[in-house]
Amino acid sequence: MKVSIEVNGNAVTEEVEDRTLLVHYLRENAGLTGTNIGCDTTSCGACTVLLDGESVKSCTVLAAQADGHKVTTVEGLRGEDGDLHPVQRAFREQHGLQCGFCTPGMIMASVSLLAHNPKPTRDEVREGLEGNLCRCTGYHNIVSAVIDASGQEVGQ
Amino acid sequence: MIPAAFSYRRVSTVDEALSVLGEHGDDAKVLAGGHSLLPLMKLRFATPEIVVDVAPIDELRYVRVDGDAVAIGALSRYHDLHHDEVLREHAPLLAQVAGAIGDQQVRHRGTIGGSLAHADAAADLPAALLASGGTLVVRGPGGQREIAAGEFFLGPFTTPLEPDELITEVRVPVATGIGWGFEKFNRRSIDWAIVGVAVQGQAVGLINMGGTPVRATATEEALAAGASIADAAALAAEGASPLSEPHASAEYRAHLARVLTARALTAAAA
Repeated sequence: MKVSIEVNGNAVTEEVEDRTLLVHYLRENAGLTGTNIGCDTTSCGACTVLLDGESVKSCTVLAAQADGHKVTTVEGLRGEDGDLHPVQRAFREQHGLQCGFCTPGMIMASVSLLAHNPKPTRDEVREGLEGNLCRCTGYHNIVSAVIDASGQEVGQ
Repeated sequence: MIPAAFSYRRVSTVDEALSVLGEHGDDAKVLAGGHSLLPLMKLRFATPEIVVDVAPIDELRYVRVDGDAVAIGALSRYHDLHHDEVLREHAPLLAQVAGAIGDQQVRHRGTIGGSLAHADAAADLPAALLASGGTLVVRGPGGQREIAAGEFFLGPFTTPLEPDELITEVRVPVATGIGWGFEKFNRRSIDWAIVGVAVQGQAVGLINMGGTPVRATATEEALAAGASIADAAALAAEGASPLSEPHASAEYRAHLARVLTARALTAAAA
């Protein structure tokens, strides 16, 4: 079937199998490999992207379900100066990553969380990111990064 | 993991959905948020020939008070239910449970109708609907019928829904001001509950204590007879037949049911 998705502001139209998953569409058809495939079972959150502005796990969405909708991947994030998005910048500042595999998903889940709750507490960040697994950081600095990105003072 | 090949159909009205389902019968599966169906399809446990995407049916997305009931459109997502002011006021148990399902991403996709149709005894909403005394409104080629939650969960993943029927609405009696409690024990947020308990008033629904969601009838009867919360909760696992599997033995689940029932009843009475 023909699937048209506005990916990071650009219209993408591809002829794909009906069973194509959104994550494969993004990586293989749109050529955007920033979105990682981790567990492939809706568990780890590495493949998180925004669908119409809300975080979803793109391994558990059909490309067909996103047909006619807007998707934002980590490549689509920009700050006002055209450089890093505030959440990306905060992950770097707060050392919110080590190996980096979970990071695109973490960042997209954080963007969605902050869109809904612009000034979260540390506990609310932990709850908001409970669908994203990180095997390096122990999460502490990821939580700090989201607090930083929200414009709040990073406590311990 | 990639699903077996299927043909994707998208519908935008209930009538259109019923027409496609009527045409294909058992070969078709309804896709709402897809967070129960797609994982099964990726594991090839489910291999439908036709997938009918009902997500564009906007007429099935609402929450409103309708007489002495709260009417919830079947395609309402967990995220929407958790933040819905009408639901929070008039059916707070369901609003709370919807916010405890899976994680942020899952709640952006999963729908109440999808969860109930899937009928997983380990899912949160089915037991909450039992405790709420809810009803499912179902449409099929012969018209509309209502099925009480207590008659809907027939066995593991088994309901009286016919292949050409669609859940269109979930109704629960208005529960404004009635005490409620919800307790879930799981290892990670993204896991199903090892055991969960949903309480509204003196109705107790148990998650993952058998092949279907069940009421803790012995506990409910004890409460009705004037027993204390502690004494009633001690009966929570009576008659239940929970699974033993590597994550938890049946004995451990029975223990959890008693402890969590006591907590949920205490919260409901507070």
